[in-house]
Amino acid sequence: MNETQTANQLIAFCCEHCAYAAADLAGSLRLQYPPSVKIVLVPCTGRLDELLALDALEAGLDGVMVAG
Amino acid sequence: MKDKMAAPREAANINEGESKRGGTPFFPRPLPGNDGQSSSSPIGAVMVVGGGIAGMQAALDLADQGFKVYLIEEQTAIGGHMAQLDKTFPTNDCAMCNISPKLVDTGRHRNIEILTNSEVLAIDGGPGNFNVTVQRNPRYIDVSKCVGCGDCAAVCPVTLPDLYEVGLTQRKAAYRLYTQAVPAAYAIEKRGIAPCRDACPANQRAQGYIALIAAGRYREALRVIKEDNPFPSVCGRTCHHPCEGSCTRALVDQPVSIMALKRFVVDYALAYGREKVTPVPRTRPEWIAVVGAGPAGLTAAHDLIRLGYGVTVYEALPVPGGMMRVGIPAHRLPKGVLQQDIDDILALGVVLKTNSPVRDPAALLEQGYHAVCLATGISARDLSLGIEGEDAAGVISAAAFLRKINLGEPVQIGQRVVVAGGGITALDAAAVARRLGAEQVNLILDRPRGELPAYQWELEAIDAEGIQLIERRAITRILVEDGWVVGVELAETAPGAATDAHGRPRPKIRPGTESTLKADTVIGTVGQFSDLNFLDPRYDDLSIDSSTFESEIPGLFVVAGRRTGASYIIDAIALGHRVARSIHAYLQGQPPELPAAATLPVARYARQELAQKVFVGEITPAKRAEPALLPTPERVTSFREVVLGLTEHQAREEALRCLQCGVCSECLACVYACGVNAIDHDMLARKETLQVGAVILAPGYQTYEAGLSEEFGFGRYANVVTALQFERLLSASGPTMGHVLRPSDHKPPRRIAFLQCIGSRDQDHDYCSAVCCMYATKEACVAREHQPDLDVHVYLMDMRAFSKGYWAYFERARRRYGVHYHNCRVSSLQEDPGTHDLILSAVDEMGKPVQERFDMVVLSVGMEVAGSARRLAQRLGVELDENGFCRNVSLNPLETSLPGTFAVGPFREPKDIPESVIEASGAAASCAAMLSNVRWSLTQRPEYPPEREVAGELPRTGVFVCHCGANIGGFLDVPAVAAYAGSLPHVVHSDHFLYACSQDSIKMITQRIRELGLNRVVVASCSPLTHAPLFQDSLCAAGLNPYLFEMANIRNQCSWVHSEDRQAATHKARDLVRMAAARAARLEPQHTISSPIQSAALVVGGGPAGMTAALALAEQGFPVHLVEKESRLGGNLRKVLVPMPAELTRNRTGDYQELARELIRQISNHPNIVLHLESSVADTSGFVGNFTTTLRRSDGSTQILKHGVTILATGGEEYHGPEYGYGSHPRVLTQLEFEEFLSNQPSAIHNLKSIAMVLCVGPAERYCSRICCIVALKNALHFKTLNPEAEVVILYKDIRTYGFKERLYQEARQRGVLFSRYDESHPPKVNLPEEENGDGKLHVLAYEAALDTWLNLELDLLVLSMPVVPSSEARALANRFKVSLDADGFFSEAHVKLRPVDSATEGIFFAGMAHYPKLAEESIIQAEAAASRAARVLSQGSLSVGGQIAVVDPASCTGCLTCLRICPYHVPKIRVDLHGIGGIQGAAYIEPAVCQGCGICAAECPARAIQLIHYTDAQMRAKVFALAEAFET
Repeated sequence: MNETQTANQLIAFCCEHCAYAAADLAGSLRLQYPPSVKIVLVPCTGRLDELLALDALEAGLDGVMVAG
Repeated sequence: MKDKMAAPREAANINEGESKRGGTPFFPRPLPGNDGQSSSSPIGAVMVVGGGIAGMQAALDLADQGFKVYLIEEQTAIGGHMAQLDKTFPTNDCAMCNISPKLVDTGRHRNIEILTNSEVLAIDGGPGNFNVTVQRNPRYIDVSKCVGCGDCAAVCPVTLPDLYEVGLTQRKAAYRLYTQAVPAAYAIEKRGIAPCRDACPANQRAQGYIALIAAGRYREALRVIKEDNPFPSVCGRTCHHPCEGSCTRALVDQPVSIMALKRFVVDYALAYGREKVTPVPRTRPEWIAVVGAGPAGLTAAHDLIRLGYGVTVYEALPVPGGMMRVGIPAHRLPKGVLQQDIDDILALGVVLKTNSPVRDPAALLEQGYHAVCLATGISARDLSLGIEGEDAAGVISAAAFLRKINLGEPVQIGQRVVVAGGGITALDAAAVARRLGAEQVNLILDRPRGELPAYQWELEAIDAEGIQLIERRAITRILVEDGWVVGVELAETAPGAATDAHGRPRPKIRPGTESTLKADTVIGTVGQFSDLNFLDPRYDDLSIDSSTFESEIPGLFVVAGRRTGASYIIDAIALGHRVARSIHAYLQGQPPELPAAATLPVARYARQELAQKVFVGEITPAKRAEPALLPTPERVTSFREVVLGLTEHQAREEALRCLQCGVCSECLACVYACGVNAIDHDMLARKETLQVGAVILAPGYQTYEAGLSEEFGFGRYANVVTALQFERLLSASGPTMGHVLRPSDHKPPRRIAFLQCIGSRDQDHDYCSAVCCMYATKEACVAREHQPDLDVHVYLMDMRAFSKGYWAYFERARRRYGVHYHNCRVSSLQEDPGTHDLILSAVDEMGKPVQERFDMVVLSVGMEVAGSARRLAQRLGVELDENGFCRNVSLNPLETSLPGTFAVGPFREPKDIPESVIEASGAAASCAAMLSNVRWSLTQRPEYPPEREVAGELPRTGVFVCHCGANIGGFLDVPAVAAYAGSLPHVVHSDHFLYACSQDSIKMITQRIRELGLNRVVVASCSPLTHAPLFQDSLCAAGLNPYLFEMANIRNQCSWVHSEDRQAATHKARDLVRMAAARAARLEPQHTISSPIQSAALVVGGGPAGMTAALALAEQGFPVHLVEKESRLGGNLRKVLVPMPAELTRNRTGDYQELARELIRQISNHPNIVLHLESSVADTSGFVGNFTTTLRRSDGSTQILKHGVTILATGGEEYHGPEYGYGSHPRVLTQLEFEEFLSNQPSAIHNLKSIAMVLCVGPAERYCSRICCIVALKNALHFKTLNPEAEVVILYKDIRTYGFKERLYQEARQRGVLFSRYDESHPPKVNLPEEENGDGKLHVLAYEAALDTWLNLELDLLVLSMPVVPSSEARALANRFKVSLDADGFFSEAHVKLRPVDSATEGIFFAGMAHYPKLAEESIIQAEAAASRAARVLSQGSLSVGGQIAVVDPASCTGCLTCLRICPYHVPKIRVDLHGIGGIQGAAYIEPAVCQGCGICAAECPARAIQLIHYTDAQMRAKVFALAEAFET
């Protein structure tokens, strides 16, 4: 688990209708980005409340990204 | 996840009895249903031709309404042009983001069957019952098996211009149209059979191995060669190569050196170690004897042993190879390489018996062989030369000579050798004689040397090796002394030929030309005859079937002798293949195989086509590669091979010269690469007949072929691109990843010009393409967004920003993005050859010629009807206009000349996406009206076992990880991820599949759920957006609720994006799987419930839109309440008194009074329509399916209606503001007033000598009212007709006659209407005459820019084109129905492009001018569309409610109203009958039927009283904490 301890861990909440699809496209185009970004699908970025973002930070993640 | 539509039900037939109406119906009447006479029962299916956005919309609308839909698409995927666009105007939304959900919906709709690669051939029958013949063209990849992994494309060696990328980049012959394509399956493009393959008797896939050589894949190239030819070494050296003779490249420069390339592959394989051949397992009991180890016999043996038979080959000589061995000297075909080919055949397990002559092949059958193949081919027998002296010592036949040499037998030759004959054998014999030490070798040729069947190098070699050629001579006599040859007598030959006593051809001799030549050896050649007389005499009259090679003796096959033998090696190989197939068929008891029918045409190019490709640089002429030769001194002293072969560099260069005539090279690399056996190169086109009740044609458009406008240099100037290409350059998924780069140097441009009207509004196109102004503006803005310092200029004639939001968009382009617009037409472009910049020549607004330099020029190409659409119409008998657009012949604007068939989109008239979508829905309404009685008759519902109760069970999760071929498995450790998954909490099973989505794996998941009692499933593969429904099906099939499913997207989010770091990708995949498993454990089953819906519709507004919508729904059998505030129907239509010239605008509905009368007549008599005149909406409540509306009549009485949907068609009004003196002078009129004047005061018309019209008045400066230009021109033309002498001046900013309306503009100019452009800073000035003063003339000052002066117009009448403004009650109505208005007061649609008639509130739709100003025809179409959208709801019978929705726990609700304010859909309400926290009265309630499931309320609720089902806080947190767990372990 060494690599996860050294790299920042970012959680990215992506809207099902746009950003998540964009991440899919990034895959199809073989664009490379850091593996520390973990994408979570949300039905709408509006679903995301600040508590969840705070939960993430509290749990020890280094950053939260919201894309939609 | 959401499933709003409930179980389809048989719609109750509300339409009691047939209506008694005549005349032209707007809608096809419902045809009698299934209960009627079966012979003419309508079919509950519709065919939609064309899978673009319009076709998809029509398909979805109909499928949702209970019709089976066949969606026919020519290409390999649906999506059409919209899928190519980067952004869409006027919102700058990403086009793909918009279309992609529609693609997915269409692709997985149970009622839609997509037929790609298909075209409609013929139609018969009539409305309600058509038989449509469809040709399904081969895709070569089975859509049902293909998982879209792309492995085939990865190995495909053939590249060609990518048409999706408009030729800006390359794709493979195995391809997917675009990444998000639906169906996701790949396809293989074949243009036909390559001429080289066609010419080869053995059908050698030359293009295949050439393509692989070009890619440096030599081993695979050898594999391809051996598919068709077990003698690559031989044919790479000595073939007569008919392939090269038919090579298309010869039309450009010289044929590709195909034979040399084949040899290169073999040489390379030999040099770098050939792959070891392993014996083929015996799978069949039969043994076959092959007699003769020549090319035919060994090929047959090769094929038969690969089929699993046992094979023994008998050879009379001590060595195998036949003529290849004994007829060709070693300096042309070294024995080693031949042996290599033979060894490879023997290594398959063939038993070879040499020195085993067979005189009685039938005896072998008696010995136990199941079949015998006599393949003795050509027997090189010593035949008589037929001349005097031939029996002397020193005379030998060339064949015998070569055979002895090749078998190592002693041969005596002298110093002076004469070789007679003009064939390859003679040349070989001469060359061998020289190598054996003969000092003088004379080759006697009976023809000129140019006619020798030899290669250039061989002819050159004759001289180089010191062989003397004596042309046009024949030996007439051999001079003999003491039984030994001492010379020959020669004579000149004459043209023509004679035959000798044996019937063999002999040269004609010119008598008296005899001479003698000294010689001690004479080598004679005669044609090599083959016969079977070495056999036992009982075979003398053996009869043989020349196509199956089967003899009269059962089991004996013969490929030998005069009838079935071959003269060239490659012919012999072909025979070997054919006889093997015959023997196989015989042994399997199948009928003898017929010669394979040509399934594909030979892919040839015309010389002009190639010349064009050379002209535009697609083909660069290059010399053919020639192999090096052994230096002459080394040749004549040894038998070393003369031709040395191509170098690797030469071979690859040469391979690149191949023009890839067939496109797919049939190298079969994809077949080997495909992990699911989806590829089938033998697929054939097939015809299918489909029964449908109606047809919608949506074939779309093609862009104008810009190269035809030669003055702009498209195709020649690298930096001139079309707008569609530019669209791809802007796209993030395009060839430059969204960075605009000049094609010539891949540098960002600094100045770009857009040229408008390329292929529109010109001599060949008398119409406007309607979209180019806007797309150019969009592209200009987006380009500026990408590159803010870009200088963008647009050259146009008129800015046609005529639709909703377009004018504001254009203003933004000018003001915010600084796009420069020039009102002029560009005459030509010149390229600066040094910089590839472009110099543009034009005449500016002042009439002055200007030149400007740009880095890049974009041609805004117009729309045309594609040739394929024209041919389609022709086949169906659908009438087109002279430009190929579909003619409308009835009052229903969408109906074609073939009853029951409708046309939508640009096929009718150029138009943009929203209008195409509207038409698609409109046509769906017409089809539904016709077929309403057979809804749900052909649709299907999935059959699932009853659902298993999982409540109370502990989670038992199964995790399935996918390799996706190499897409995931190649970049991360899939088994390790699966093993890791097995260690996670609640996971009781984990496994990995090569392709999780293949049919087998899907079944396996279902089986595992059942066997192991799984109650949660995680699939770690690709994107849930495309694949979740597929896997959820496998849950349902096992009786598991589909909500108990979660995905980890380890392809798009791991293997593909971290492909350079296997460890990191593997690790992240583990993280994602852990997160998915954590959420899965907390998932709950969800169920939907049915909620009944009201079947009636409420239509507000009795104008053309409201009437049409009411009729459209009534015809479908739904009860309709039509509400009109006036005492009579008709609305604005009653005021439009001047008809639209139908012949110019192709507008069948142009006589508005006739239209109004017809609509009113049909409405008044319709049994399903309840008319509420002098009524208005006082109150409304409820939600989709269940609205309650109170109507108030003018007398104050009220009525309460229940309805399932609402259509708002409240129309618009003509603006009546004070601009330009309106209202203060009787000679200043609006256009509607002018129409009334023209219609009611015919006598006064002739008193008008001069009139003017002013366009863009008042609010029209803020938004374009769309119809004013057209109405003004219509009225001007009408006035000109009534009073041709009068002068008419139109003062305008831009003339926006979009589509066919352009013809009004042309006509007006032709008929002398004067046009004067003004700009915003110089509007016309009106001087009103003093009352009762002088001539009473009006004076208008108009600014003339070219003269920089104000012109004074003296007028009898000033007509103002007042814009349409929303009706006065629109705002109140909007509030009442909770729908929003745009800045100008028109109703706002849910989505500008894709839901143009839906409001954001479900169940409420718009039509007509309440949405935006439009022509009556357009209102009608939009009303039909609104009806279709409404019918989509009404036809369900019930709505399914629940699933992923927000629910309020009233006990926690504080009634703070946050959710009411935040919900974009206005769903939450406070219900007084609910009690909130602490028992307070009133708590929030979210109606499940209308909740959109976004979860905004859940996030915002301060009391956390709302949860979004399926995305609860607990489920979301589980994922977050599961990710963070990595720190703790």
